[in-house]
Amino acid sequence: MTVELFIQYLVAGITYGSIYAIVAIGFNIIYNTTGIINFAQGEFVMLGGMLSITFLQLLPLPAAIALAVLCTMAIGAAIEMLFIRWLVNPGVLRMIIITIGLSILIREAALHIWGDNVHSLPYFIGNEVSTIAVLGARVSPQVLWVIGVCALMVVFLNVFFQATSVGREMRACAANRTAAILCGIDTRNMVTLSFVLSAGIGALAGAVMSPITYTQYDIGTGLAIKGFTVAILGGLGNSLAAVAAGLLLGIIEAFSVSIVPLAFQDAISIAILLVILFVRPHGLFGSSAAAGLKEF
Amino acid sequence: MLRIRNLEAGYGRLRVLKNISMHVKAGEIVTIIGANGAGKTTLLSTIAGLIRATSGEIRFRDQEITRMPAAKIPRQGCVMVPEGRQVFASMTVEENLLLGGRALEGGAKKELPALLARQYEMFPILRDRRAQLAGTLSGGEQQMLAMGRALMSRPSLVMMDEPSTGLAPLIVRDIFQIIVRLREEGNTVLLVEQNAKAALGIADRGYVLETGKVIIQGPAEDLLANADVQRAYLGREKIE
Repeated sequence: MTVELFIQYLVAGITYGSIYAIVAIGFNIIYNTTGIINFAQGEFVMLGGMLSITFLQLLPLPAAIALAVLCTMAIGAAIEMLFIRWLVNPGVLRMIIITIGLSILIREAALHIWGDNVHSLPYFIGNEVSTIAVLGARVSPQVLWVIGVCALMVVFLNVFFQATSVGREMRACAANRTAAILCGIDTRNMVTLSFVLSAGIGALAGAVMSPITYTQYDIGTGLAIKGFTVAILGGLGNSLAAVAAGLLLGIIEAFSVSIVPLAFQDAISIAILLVILFVRPHGLFGSSAAAGLKEF
Repeated sequence: MLRIRNLEAGYGRLRVLKNISMHVKAGEIVTIIGANGAGKTTLLSTIAGLIRATSGEIRFRDQEITRMPAAKIPRQGCVMVPEGRQVFASMTVEENLLLGGRALEGGAKKELPALLARQYEMFPILRDRRAQLAGTLSGGEQQMLAMGRALMSRPSLVMMDEPSTGLAPLIVRDIFQIIVRLREEGNTVLLVEQNAKAALGIADRGYVLETGKVIIQGPAEDLLANADVQRAYLGREKIE
């Protein structure tokens, strides 16, 4: 393998890896406040891409993306308020089935609205053939957009959770829900906020990745599986570990093309998911003691 | 300050509290004692809004709070220190305390640094451990943190659920001294305890709860002298 090819694979891996990381962080945010896995997370990414493409017919690109992200956030809030909020002591299994149902619903609605054609946003800078030289390899500028935006989102989320009082309240809600209520925190609003945040970051990732990965009504399922693998790999609830795990999975997938046929690429992440679930269900970076305390 | 009339509450169809009436006056330490399963924790949880009352009335500072959402009650000045030291284990000591100040209304938020300093003065060990994760503290330290967190909102009534459970006798003594100090500083405390002797030792008045009913009430000295209380909760007479 030449150095150029190596870097080409590496950059591709980092690109996909950062998208997986964002999906996984979306899982983690909701998992932390509710204890459930929102399997409609991949659909937020799809909606971000699709809505941006639709709004682009009327608005300039940045405004179209901003509006798409806001709409997806509103959809996230609506999902929580309509389907999750009024459940009294919902069981984990029931919540998961609700989110799977929602993901099917959103996917089918998308099929009716946008059809089964492949759509995509135009490249933010240049076009399909414009490249930038990175250490001798040719890289599309859009790749740098994806990596940069994902990195910014991670930084933003960290600052939000560590340094703002709302972020602190969300963490408190995750750490101990009863104690949070006794401190006067309305935990139901925190759950709504977690859906809004997850939907927002998913949608933004969906918009920036659209030019290179394309957007179709059913991309959510695949992304949800990859994102779930990454979330489990890093240890559920741990967002920084999700970044490491996301990059790891992305890079493994990218380099796997040189060993196994491209068609098997998805099988790799599923295989990793199964191995992790059997061997280290608390993730690479999680502690088994903490995992033992979790309900799910 | 707190007045409860004919309160009934429970879990599902199980009725735990039956027709409870009681009151707490400003500046008092009132204790609720009783055996396991008597309904002590249920009573506090119902006042705090965690459990819905099925009938009856809870009035706090002349305001009905019976059906108020649990998250709003701390803002009225009524906070609960839950049983089993429910601290935010994955957050630092200081973050835990700041979250306690969440219930302060807008303008009062400026007092957060002063309140923080006050808790550190009352619980010096928390100042030493301010940057440590709450989950790494010892049991006694976590209890103090839970108390400090509740006091951050400058409550008019502090409800404590079994603060002595699972702690070494020496630490229990510290905790009770702090409760006495809270009263000296003008706070009102509603204390639920299994350690009846220690609780009655510092309380002004007490209620004895048995299977969800108040069976005896009165000044703490009277309860300490009461033969039934002694037999059932203070262990003075051995059952042969």
